[in-house]
Amino acid sequence: MLTSPFVRKPASVQSVMLTVLLALLPGVAAYVWHFGAGILVQMLIATLAGLATEWAVLRLRGKPTSLFLSDLSAVVTAWLIALAFPPLVPWWITALASFLAIGIVKHLYGGLGQNPFNPAMAAYCLMIVSYPALMSQWPAAGQLDFATQWHLIVGGARDLDAITGATPLDALRTALREAASPSSPNHALTASALMDGPAFGLAGGRGWEWVALGYLAGGLLLLRRGIITWHIPGAYLGALAAIALLMWGLRPDHFASPLFHLVSGASMLGAFFILTDPVSGATTPRGKLFFAAGAALMTLMIRDFGAYPDGVAFATLIMNLCVPLIDMKTQPAVFGHKQD
Amino acid sequence: MTEFLLLLISTAVVNNVILVKFLGLCPFLGVSKKIDAAIGMGLATTFVLTLASVATWMLDHWLLVPLDLGYLRIVGFIVVIAAAVQFVEMAIKKSSPQLYQVLGIYLPLITTNCAVLGVALLNVQNGADFLHATLYGFGSATGFTLVLILFAGIRERLALAAVPKAFAGAPISLITAGLLSLAFMGFSGLNLT
Repeated sequence: MLTSPFVRKPASVQSVMLTVLLALLPGVAAYVWHFGAGILVQMLIATLAGLATEWAVLRLRGKPTSLFLSDLSAVVTAWLIALAFPPLVPWWITALASFLAIGIVKHLYGGLGQNPFNPAMAAYCLMIVSYPALMSQWPAAGQLDFATQWHLIVGGARDLDAITGATPLDALRTALREAASPSSPNHALTASALMDGPAFGLAGGRGWEWVALGYLAGGLLLLRRGIITWHIPGAYLGALAAIALLMWGLRPDHFASPLFHLVSGASMLGAFFILTDPVSGATTPRGKLFFAAGAALMTLMIRDFGAYPDGVAFATLIMNLCVPLIDMKTQPAVFGHKQD
Repeated sequence: MTEFLLLLISTAVVNNVILVKFLGLCPFLGVSKKIDAAIGMGLATTFVLTLASVATWMLDHWLLVPLDLGYLRIVGFIVVIAAAVQFVEMAIKKSSPQLYQVLGIYLPLITTNCAVLGVALLNVQNGADFLHATLYGFGSATGFTLVLILFAGIRERLALAAVPKAFAGAPISLITAGLLSLAFMGFSGLNLT
C-alpha cells in the first residue's frame, strides 16, 4: 500500500534476484520449446551444486547460512551457468563449474558484492579451456528426445559426432574461412548465402534466435523494473551491431551480418543478464558505456578472429579487469564541485 | 604499416610477456599494490626494455656474431641491460625523487627482470632484424605495462574486500593473477591476418 510518490519500497537483494530469475523464464521457455527439457535438468544440477557450495563455504567462513542462502544470488549464478553452457554436457561439468564459480570466484574474494570477476563467466572460461571438446557440442533444434538428453547428461556413452555439431557462430565462421580459399566451390559467397543450410533459421541459428528473443523480453522487464539501466545493454548491443555492420559492409564474404551477431551465441544473455552484474561491472553511467562497448569489441574480435566458439565470456572477464580503471577515470563530479 | 601494427598487438596482447610467457613475474607481484607505482614501474620497464632490445641487437649483430663470440651472449646482454637500468635510475632520481622512493628496490631489480633478458634472447632466437627487434621489445613492454596497471587496479580494490583470512594478501593476488591469465587465454589462437 504505497500511496505517496516519495515512499519507496526498499529493494532487497532477494527481491532483485527473484526478478532476475523471473526475467530469465521467457528465454528458458523458448529453450525448452526448441531444444527439449534437458536444460531444466542442467539448471537443477547447477542450482543444487551452487547452493551446496554456498552453504559449505558460508559454514567454513562462519557466516549465517540461511540469510545468504535465501538471497538467491547463488541461484542466479547457477542458472546463468546452465544457460551459457552447452545443454548436453555431462552433469559433473555443470556441477564443477557451479562449485568453482561460487567457491573460488565469488567467496574467496569475500562473497556477495565483492568479487571482481563475474563468477558464471569465469567458470565458463575455466571449463572451455579445460574441456574444449565437451564444451563445443551443441545440439540442433528439436533433434534429441528427452530420454537421449537424460542419458547424455548423466554421463552415458557419447557418440556425439553424429548428433551434435558446432554452434551456428562456429559453423558460419568455418564456412566463411573455407569459402575464402579460391579452390572452394563456395568461393566468394557472402555470409547470407552460406546461411542457407538446415542449421540456420531466419536470422541466426535455428531455434537460438527465439531463445535470444526470450532473453530480450526478460531484459526489457528488468529495464522496466529499474533493476538495470539502459547503459550496458544499449551500449553493448549498439556497439556490437555498429562494428559488425562496418565489417559486414566492407567484406560481406568475410564476416557475418550484424543481425546474426545480435541473435547468436550469448549476445542477448550477455547484454541483459551477464554484463549488467552490478558487482563485477562498471558502476558509473559513463563507465558503463565504455565497459559495454569494450565488451562488444572483444566479443567480435574473439568471434571473428579467435579460436573459441563464442566471445562473450572472455570479453566479460577482460572488461571486468578494466573496471577499476574505468570507474576511476569516469567518476562523476560531486554535486556542487566543478567538473575538471 | 599494418604488419607492424599487428606485430605490436600480437606481442602486447596475444603473446603477453607476463600472462602468456610468464616472464617478469617479480615486478608483476611486487609493484602492483598501487596504480601510481605500477604506472611508474611500467614506464621505466618500457624504456629499459626497448632500449635493451636495440642495444643487445647491435651488440649481437656487430660484435658477437662477427667475432664468433656467441658463448658470451648472456653475460654481454646482462651488462648492456645493467647499464641501461643505471641510466634510467639516475634519470628518475633526478627528475622524480618521489617515484624513486616508491619504486625503491624494484628499480635496480629491473636488471634481473627476466622479461628484459628474455625478450633480448628471443629476438636472437627468432632472427629478428633491427626494426622487428625494436618493435618486439616495445610491444612486449607495452603489454607488460598494460597488465601491470590492470592488476594494480584490481589489487587496490582487493585491499578493501573482506577476503577470508587464510587467503588475504599474497594467496588472493596469485589467484587473481591466474584469473587474469585465464581472461587473456581468450586471445589465444587469434588470427588477425
